[in-house]
Order: sequence, then structure tokens, then C-alpha cells
Amino acid sequence: MNTKLATILLLASATGLAACSKKAPEVLPPPPEAGPVTTGPTQPTQPTGAQVGTQAHFAGAVGSSTTIYFDTDRFNIDTQDAAALQAQAQYFARYPQITFTIEGHADERGTREYNLALGEKRANSAKNYLVSLGVDPGRISVVSFGKERPVALASNESAWAQNRRAASVIIN
Amino acid sequence: MIKKFAFLITAALFAAPFAEPASAQDLGAPLGEDQPVESVAVEGDSDGPLRGTVTDESAWSDIGIAIPAFATDRDRATPANEAGTGALGREVARVITANLRNNGLFKPVGPDSLPQPEFPQITAPAFSTWSGRNAEMLVHGYVRARDDGRLVVGCYLYDVALQNELVREGWVVAPADWRRAAHKCSDLIFSRLTGESPFFDSRIAYIAETGPKDRRVKRLAIMDSDGANHRFLTLGSATALTPRYSPDYSKILYLSYVDGNPRIYVYDIGTGKQTLVTENRNPTIAPRWSPDGKHILYAMAVAGNTDIYRVPATGGASVKLTDNPGIDVGGSYSPDGTKIVFESDRSGSQQCYVMDADGRNQKRISFFGGRCATPEWSPRGDQIAFTRIAGDFNIAVMNTGGGGMRVLTRGWQDEAPTWAPNGRIIQFFRTERNTGRSGIWQVDLTGQNERRLPTPVDASDPAWGPIRP
Repeated sequence: MNTKLATILLLASATGLAACSKKAPEVLPPPPEAGPVTTGPTQPTQPTGAQVGTQAHFAGAVGSSTTIYFDTDRFNIDTQDAAALQAQAQYFARYPQITFTIEGHADERGTREYNLALGEKRANSAKNYLVSLGVDPGRISVVSFGKERPVALASNESAWAQNRRAASVIIN
Repeated sequence: MIKKFAFLITAALFAAPFAEPASAQDLGAPLGEDQPVESVAVEGDSDGPLRGTVTDESAWSDIGIAIPAFATDRDRATPANEAGTGALGREVARVITANLRNNGLFKPVGPDSLPQPEFPQITAPAFSTWSGRNAEMLVHGYVRARDDGRLVVGCYLYDVALQNELVREGWVVAPADWRRAAHKCSDLIFSRLTGESPFFDSRIAYIAETGPKDRRVKRLAIMDSDGANHRFLTLGSATALTPRYSPDYSKILYLSYVDGNPRIYVYDIGTGKQTLVTENRNPTIAPRWSPDGKHILYAMAVAGNTDIYRVPATGGASVKLTDNPGIDVGGSYSPDGTKIVFESDRSGSQQCYVMDADGRNQKRISFFGGRCATPEWSPRGDQIAFTRIAGDFNIAVMNTGGGGMRVLTRGWQDEAPTWAPNGRIIQFFRTERNTGRSGIWQVDLTGQNERRLPTPVDASDPAWGPIRP
């Protein structure tokens, strides 16, 4: 499993921008209200207004790349996830004083306890990838919410795709 | 060293003379200790019950049972009913009638449409009164207030055609526990007529749910098997999940996010204090008791990978039972404590496996298509209930080798079965599509008698405890 994951990570890093999304269009998360879309690693910009060390500043810098999404029952980092995590890693490299939490989530179409374990795997996948990009593991906390905290409330494929996620959160 | 330290911390927390602030623990006021129910000999005319047992469900489901109000020797005030022991006797008969009717058992007729027997008739029924009322069976009983304030409740079952007493029993209860006497009487009737083990005098721990789908408030709650005596045990500031009553009802295992992370706590019902199941920085989920209450199974994620562990209920070193890169979670002991059924996705999807209690001989048992999740071993030992995922989520049972699979429910998302103490009824929770609202349902092993349990708010994660001690 570890070697497989490592292979996926390597592939993901190597292919970077060039790879197409494996995910069907309808499972893509909705575009954010502001900020760049996830076409690739986003250069941290100089956000206006929000203070360094807040979630607003982080989101202002990386846009929708604060969150990565997973296929059903999967926890691997695909090319799209890798691009988002690279944007996060650049941000966290620029602000080394910031600590943050990765929240792992699952959709409602899994049993409760299994989903808690699956959320752990997803959050740890994101953490391991960030660490591989040079982020100090001591700065990263991980918590799974299983299916307890959905962001999309409908019971359909689109909503479930938005809920299968690992979200990086700066808690002040 | 760390384990020993953990045990010391656990012990210290139990012994702590001061309560943690409620805001830090999310705990409500403690319930205090349970009062025992003692059996007493009750007077009667016949020497013993008839022998022989009715086991064919189609036969006994049609038995008409008359349950008139229980009589009293002398109408006396009691804290159990401000109108006195006479009015309480009517309430007892109503509870018994509702128990049988709500579970699809027999054809009960309750006290509100029946004549009321006098106290001397309890041991000498006026059979001619009952034979004309389509009642094959007759329940009589009485309530008597003792001078010490406790109540004596007598319960008698008669065969109307034979004009014969089948069984009788009596109990002494504190006034606050009068419903337990009604449940004991229900169990006596049920067991005598079906040959099955009792289940009414039991309690259910569950999760009470309120609020919108993305900000659901989930509180630990308990109730009697019929929904009465409902109590919230946590306040709702922290998400609570997956409770399990200890076999002696003194503790509840459950998951709480009270410190921000999913962790299993051992909640002591009498003192209202709780401790971590294991002192560890890793998240712990899916708590289960061993049948003797001496061990606790839990799953722990280390660096993202979840395996199953066992720890003594009194604290101490944990033993790792599974060691696999897949997700292993949710063990449930066989009633003799020698085997554990659990779920694992090591084959690529959730399936059910059985292992010895020490973790050896792990073998997959589910091979029928779809997925097998949340397995729970029947208290009778012969069946395993589980969540079958094949498109929708349904409650199913199989034998302990994985054969004889039967799907019992047809909801969109029916999840997390829990067995009645007698292994004849299964409760589970059903979630509605889109709204995310949930309720506790139950179904018997025929799949025929399905009903929703009344709860004050939405409900999930039922955990049915054993017959009360």
C-alpha cells in the first residue's frame, strides 16, 4: 500500500499540470466565489484585507486549492489533488509560522464507522503529500469527520463528490 | 511505560473528587445507581405451570390475550401514581398491552375495553366472563404498596379454555421503577407462550439528532425498550456517536469529539464521570464490549491506518488484533467470547471476517455480492446481523459461516443493526434521502414486523442492552 501510494505520488508530481482530470465533470467541486480555479499550482498572490494566519488569507492566496476531492472509497492523491497541494505547500513555505489542520471527510453513502476511518486515510494522504513537498509534519494536525459534516446537502452523485474531501483549515 | 502511565491517569480520573466542568465534558447530570428489582413469591391456587411450548410463530401470533387492569388490595397513595395503586394497576396493564401490540405479538386487548377484576379474582378468575371475549389467554395482576413505600406487583397468566394457571411471578420495585414490573410481566407472558427468551426489561442507548444536515447536533441518549424513561446524557456541544451499553448497564462506551478529535470514552452512568478508553493521541472509533464486560474492542487509526485493538475494561495495555493496510473496524464478540466478527476492506471493499478472540485465524465469511459492514453477533450465537450495501443499504442476517444470507429491510439507507437481548428482533437506523433525517426502526427475523420507534427527536446508532440485572 505504501509503495503504491508512493508511486501515485511520484506520478502525480511528475505529471503535474499536463495530466487531465480523471474525474467526470459533474463531480467537480463548484468554483469558488473568488480566487483562481484549480487549473494548476497557484502562485501565492498578495491577498488584500485578510490577515496572515487566518483561513481567509489562506483561501485568498490558494483559492479552491484549500480542499482536495476523492473518488468513492478512494484516498489516493490524483494529479488534480497534487496541483492543489502544491499550491498549499508553497503557501505554507512562505508562512512557516502557520500551523493548520487537515479535515478528512466522506460522503453519506458509507457506514458511519468505516467513514471515520476513511476520512483518516484521506486526511493523512493529504498530509503525507504536503510533507513530501517539504512541509514540517509538526505543523499539521489531522482529524476525520467521516460523514458527519457534509458541505453539499443533497443525496446525489454531485453532492457526494463535493463531500469526499480533505480540507486544509487554519484554526486561529 | 506509556500504557502504565495511561492506566494511572485513568485511575486518577475515576478517583478525582471534583467534577470536570460541564463545558469541558459536554456531560449532563449523572443518573445515579440503578435500583435492583427483586422477585418474590406470589400467592396462587395451582401448583405449577403446564409443560410444553408453542414455537410456531404463525400459531402464537393469533392468540387473543385479555389484559384487564391490575387490581390492588387497598388503594394507597404512591409516588408512582398520584391517583393511587388502583390507577397504577391500570397503567401497568396498559404498558403490557402496548408492549405486545407494538411488537406484533399475539392479539392483546387492554384494560380500557375490558371489565376490571376485583382483588380476590386475581388468583381465582371469573373464567366465564373471559371465555366470551375471544380471549384464549388471560393476564391478571395486582399492585400492592408496602409500608416501606416499595411496590409489590404480581403477574398471572391463565389459559381460559383450560381454566388453568400457566405461570405466575411477582416483583418488588421502587415506585420509580414501576414500569420495570410491567416489562417483567410482559417478558413472563412472552416467554411462557413462545418459548423464547425475554427482551422487554432492557434499555437502549442511542444518538439523538437535531438541527440541519450540515450542522447536526448529536447527543448521547438512553431510553427503555418501549421508549419510556428517555434521558439525554450529553449536552450537544460536542458530537457524540456509536454508544454501547456495558453488559451490567453501569457504563456506556461512546465516541465523542469533546476534545476536537474522535475518541472513545467510558462513561460511568452512576457517577457521571468519563475516561478515555486508552490514553493515546490517536483517534479511536467503533467501541464494543466483550460479553462478560471485562474487555473492550476498539479501532484506532495510526498514521491514517485503522486496526482493531482490545484493552481490559479496567485499563491497561492494549493488544493489537489486526495488522493490515486496509481499514479493519467494528469487531463484535460471539456470545461465548471466543470469536470476533469484524469488517475489513483488505479485499478492496468492505467485507465481514471472523477471527479468534486473540486475533488469529482471520477469515472472510461474506461472499454474496455487495458489501458487508457493521456486523453484530446475535446474543443467541447463531446469526450475524450486518449492513448490506448493494446500491441501497439494508439490514441483513447470515449464519456465522456466512451462509443463509437474508435481507430483512428495504429502506434507502438502513444501517447499524443491534440485537434484542433474545436475538429475535433487530433495531437499526434509517436515514432519509436528501433531508438526512434519521429514526430508529426495528424488524423481527421474519422481516414481517417492521416499525419505527417513537423518539423525542431524530435518532440513530441504537445499541440494545441485555436483560436488566
